[in-house]
Amino acid sequence: MNKLMFAAIAVAFLGACSTAPQVNAPVDDKSVGATTGSTGGANTSGGAGTGVSGSNVAGGNPLRDPNNVLSKRSVYFDFDSFVVRDEFKPLIEAHARYLAGNRSAHTTIQGNTDERGSREYNIALGQRRADAAKRLMTLQGAQESQIETVSFGKEKPRNPGNDEAAYAENRRDDIVYQGE
Amino acid sequence: MPRSIKCTLAFAVFLFLAASARAQLTIDIVGGAGTTIPISIVPFNSDNGGQAAISSIVAADLARSGLFKMIDAGGISPPPQRATEVRVADWRARGADAVVVGSVRPQADGRADVRFDLVDAVKQQTIASQSYLIGASQSRATAHKIADVIYEKLTGDRGVFSTRIAYVTKQGPRFQLVVADADGADPQTIVSSNEPILSPKWSPEGMRLAYVSFEQKKPVVYVQNLGTGKRAAIANFRGSNSSPAWSPDGRQLAVTLTRDGNSQIFVMSAEGGDVRRVMSSPGIDTEACYTPDGKSLLFTSDRGGSPQIYRIGIDNGAVERVTFDGSYNVSPRALPDGKGIVYVRRDGGRFQVAIMDYATRQTQVLTQGPDDESPSIAPNGKMILYANEASGRGTLAAVSSDGRVKQRLSASAIDVREPAWGPLPQ
Repeated sequence: MNKLMFAAIAVAFLGACSTAPQVNAPVDDKSVGATTGSTGGANTSGGAGTGVSGSNVAGGNPLRDPNNVLSKRSVYFDFDSFVVRDEFKPLIEAHARYLAGNRSAHTTIQGNTDERGSREYNIALGQRRADAAKRLMTLQGAQESQIETVSFGKEKPRNPGNDEAAYAENRRDDIVYQGE
Repeated sequence: MPRSIKCTLAFAVFLFLAASARAQLTIDIVGGAGTTIPISIVPFNSDNGGQAAISSIVAADLARSGLFKMIDAGGISPPPQRATEVRVADWRARGADAVVVGSVRPQADGRADVRFDLVDAVKQQTIASQSYLIGASQSRATAHKIADVIYEKLTGDRGVFSTRIAYVTKQGPRFQLVVADADGADPQTIVSSNEPILSPKWSPEGMRLAYVSFEQKKPVVYVQNLGTGKRAAIANFRGSNSSPAWSPDGRQLAVTLTRDGNSQIFVMSAEGGDVRRVMSSPGIDTEACYTPDGKSLLFTSDRGGSPQIYRIGIDNGAVERVTFDGSYNVSPRALPDGKGIVYVRRDGGRFQVAIMDYATRQTQVLTQGPDDESPSIAPNGKMILYANEASGRGTLAAVSSDGRVKQRLSASAIDVREPAWGPLPQ
């Protein structure tokens, strides 16, 4: 019974394989699987949850202290704008000071846009938002080499809606530290 | 016990393949050409019922192009199989200007002999005849070749029924880059990831795809060989790496990199390395597309304050602005005849696909919007695939370069985006 079932499924499997030519091979691409496995579901804001580094430093990490401004990681932008609003300058200054005082720390600033317009052009727009935050940080003591700026364009919206509230939430930089 | 694990694994993979087969696109005509060619496709006779599908695939290809009107071929007994058996008066009476007849004869070695004749019923002439000796798995490909011959004879343009397309699907958190025949058949997932995939671009010989994947938590440009399945991160510099475009000889890629600051266009070897900056500008330069002669790049830049399309000579660095009307003109694609571009414009908040002729500077808006993006031109220049949204989900559509024929390409319950039309088979 068991053997029969196995044979039947194996035949079905082989049949499916024989109709799927070589282009199908990368479905099993280990590098893709591995990478996406480790970053799986990464909602890339520096959110809590990735317990490992947090538990190692058990409460002593200012980046994780909810009462510390360093635990705030998102900077929001106006429509069609790359200007860091005054309300977010203290947050960026705090991260700049942290980087200046911790030369081994590295961070990635991820720029995002709302869903309107060309995907590739939005990657360039998101990059400009990330670069704007980086410029402020380097003016305040962070080293250029500590900060990488990248863009997700409109590809990873935090709010999937398509009204102004969703757009405002998605016009954003996220600050993510290495190892998080 | 190991056996049952193996069994479960095999079954899981089988389910996965079955699921990806269900993701096939179906293509519907939603708007036709002004004038169509009335044609009758007589079902090819066959001793083998399975092979009879060839003539129905030919008919489906031609019908989908929107340029033909199918005239009923039933009721003539016996149905003609070759040009000499076609009584033109029968077909003229039905209104057919052209008649296709053919046969499929199984051979002793398991292959089949497929023949067809295309008869011009107006001029009473046979205008095409071909025969093919094919294996059992080549029925669809042969049908597409026959449709290409008929299309070219009757319209004067190359057929694109034998081409392939690529597109990206999103199902829940899963992104898949899929390659399928131009009619949506035989979809194959070539890479899947839990992070976004975008901007697939076919190499000119159709053996490689360049695309952008976020699997390393940032945009990185990959090139994947479709024959071997092997791939390489071709542009993975500090910052963002995106917007790949192939040179017409397949040896170079233009990419947008931010490694030196701004989003700027670079040209590099398609094998990796030899990275050269094309120009320096204070603003954003991206979305490069080679002109068919390989001498220039079209690109999007906001150097003038709003995103507009420009062109630069790769060797002499001379830049000229291409679009002037409106405050948002992006995503340029060169027409294969070198006489104009297809691009996306924003008009009153609507994003629409438009076509511009260089000589007349005339722009024709081809689509309605409001969310049309990522246009990709068929290699004969006659159809444009693009992405839009329907009931909150990404879907694909196509429009003819004169704006008349409109197709909808849909896959049930799956978000589809980022279409790329492959080259003519070589």
